[in-house]
Amino acid sequence: MTATEVFLQQVIYGLSNGMIIALVALGYTMVYGIVELINFAHGDVFTLGGFLALTIVGALGAAAVLNPDTLGDSSHWLLLATLVIGAGLFCGGLNVLIDRVVYKPLRSAPKLTQLVAAIGVSFILVNIALFWGGAPMKILGNGNAAAASKNFPEILEGSNLLGEESNVVLRLEDLAIFAVTIPLMIGLTLFVKHTRLGRGMRATAQNPIAAKLMGIDTDRVISATFLIGGFLAGAASVMWSVYNNSISFQMGFRAGMDAFTAAVLGGIGSLPGAMIGGVLIGLIRSLSDGYIETRWTNVVVFGVLILILVFRPSGLLGLKQREKV
Amino acid sequence: MISTLTSTLANFALLCTLTVSAHAADTIKIVSSLPRTGSANAQTTSMVNGIKMAIAELGAKIGESTLVYEDWDDASPQKGNWDPTVEAQNADKAIADAEVMAYIGTYNSGAAKISMPKLNAAGLVMVSPANTAPNLTKTGFGEPNEPAVYRPSGKINYFRVVPTDDVQGAVAADYAKELGATKVFVLNDREVYGMGVAAVFEKRAKEIGLTVVGTDGIDYKAANFKSLVTKMKQAGADLVYFGGTTQTNAGQIAKDIVSGGLKAKLIVPDGCYEKAFIESAGAKALEGRCFITFGGVEAKALKGKGAEFYANYKKTYGGEPEGYAVYGYESAKVVLSAMQKLHAAGTAITRAGVLAEVSKTKGFTGALGTWSFDENGDTTNRVMSVNTVVAGEFATVKVSGLDAGQ
Repeated sequence: MTATEVFLQQVIYGLSNGMIIALVALGYTMVYGIVELINFAHGDVFTLGGFLALTIVGALGAAAVLNPDTLGDSSHWLLLATLVIGAGLFCGGLNVLIDRVVYKPLRSAPKLTQLVAAIGVSFILVNIALFWGGAPMKILGNGNAAAASKNFPEILEGSNLLGEESNVVLRLEDLAIFAVTIPLMIGLTLFVKHTRLGRGMRATAQNPIAAKLMGIDTDRVISATFLIGGFLAGAASVMWSVYNNSISFQMGFRAGMDAFTAAVLGGIGSLPGAMIGGVLIGLIRSLSDGYIETRWTNVVVFGVLILILVFRPSGLLGLKQREKV
Repeated sequence: MISTLTSTLANFALLCTLTVSAHAADTIKIVSSLPRTGSANAQTTSMVNGIKMAIAELGAKIGESTLVYEDWDDASPQKGNWDPTVEAQNADKAIADAEVMAYIGTYNSGAAKISMPKLNAAGLVMVSPANTAPNLTKTGFGEPNEPAVYRPSGKINYFRVVPTDDVQGAVAADYAKELGATKVFVLNDREVYGMGVAAVFEKRAKEIGLTVVGTDGIDYKAANFKSLVTKMKQAGADLVYFGGTTQTNAGQIAKDIVSGGLKAKLIVPDGCYEKAFIESAGAKALEGRCFITFGGVEAKALKGKGAEFYANYKKTYGGEPEGYAVYGYESAKVVLSAMQKLHAAGTAITRAGVLAEVSKTKGFTGALGTWSFDENGDTTNRVMSVNTVVAGEFATVKVSGLDAGQ
């Protein structure tokens, strides 16, 4: 491989991984923007999305669904769309449920209480994933070693789009990530900018009390935020599973950590910030893996984060928080 | 419950009579300390069955003395795994019981670190059916004070019948060469076991003329290793060795090698010799390109006395033995053989006598072939199998070290 080819390849991987991180980061940043809560359970909601996707695939029988005779050549994309929407709605619903049951009663409690509650929820979800990976998965033939990572069947055809002889590998999976994440991001931006509910969100983020006085149903806005954040996490988890061909009960830990870092890097509370942050983290990871050493990658990622925060304490696109008096 | 209670009472009664009579010729006790609580239980049951078979073959008698075997658990429900507290208690209990002449265990190398110094000071022989960490017996693999720290008396009382990881890494390197590899890339998971076995692989690979084109310690919690695969591709690697386990993401590495278009074979150690590895990687990513080394051979491939063991085991217990069953059997056999020799010589069976006889074990013909204990207490048995995956199941492709015995 020539140096250019290697660079190109690492950029492809970096962007693909980064887009997934960005999608998860949006959930963190939106929730923080509205209720000022770092939702540590977000990564584990993401995990359960992957488990749901594998369960759907197992229940449908991937081989049968992907048979061109039953659904035609578009069956791959149809299955992918089903999974994205299914896992998205599931994760969105779960996120709203968690908010209603755990966070809402604590809304006026000190911030630290909410944070600890979020960590608690995270533990509960990880254990649900462990349980889900045992007996329930076995029924569908996905193996019952709960703690081991599980194989996720190849949903998109895996051949190299640049030809089998090419040194640079670009697969349908890479393109699918862009095909799913970019429209979602554009949709989200338009939604927040131009709809009534979106305006409500921006208002609540700026000043919840004033928003309430203006007649905005802030509870509804908060629920919508958790729903959308969860939906994006669900969509991201499907893309993650399809891209890596595996799921594991711990997958949300690293994904969540990267996404949270991305949200902070981009400026927490800022939507474009989370997107840029995610892509940046993906690129830094892949270039560090390729040009430095895998063992140093975490050091590089957090080194860059510290450096950026030193010069821009509120992140790349974050607004300077006005001190509340 | 009642049976454990009565046996505890019986032990107590025996202990009382012993302290009075101080003569231990009538009952000889062998104990094992293996994990009974948690996921290793199936493996332990199999090893215990092996020990019981060895004792039953002698009619539970050495001369006039009765052999008594006790199966102790070194795990706790709190941990669901071996527990240092329980292992320490087991060692103390064995030392305090004057009838105990041999201690079979442990399963986990970490547990051995707890009981080894205690039993060593007491001069009680310990035989492990399953510990593979080389630093328990050899210098240059772990901390500078290892293994001396496990031998406070300065003598060796710890023996094992299973080949260690330094053998395993070397066998993997030799097999890499056999596969026609010339440029190898060595990865590890940055855990004690994985780094150890990868270091041996790397050393051996260099000795036999393979070029090590790169090494790296992976971050096993990463989502994927695609960028690393690109780096290995750039380095021109035609074989990848990963010192790690299913739990440290060996399956993902196997998959990313395929999806990243790296045309290289993959070799992994026995930490991946479990069904869960095939489940996580997917058979497609492994078939024809991944090889797994394992200390010993699968039970049904054993020869000679091993084949007899396999047939008897199936007859007695009605199921396939787990991988380590034969090692449990062999551990008991070597201890019993020492006792028989003492008896034949007309010597009293004492802890010191049994220890001396076990350490003299040379050219022992058992279920694992003919082997000896070396100066460190390790088996000279070097039997290793290389396995691959065929139609979703492990299949042995090569067995090495059959001629290395003695």
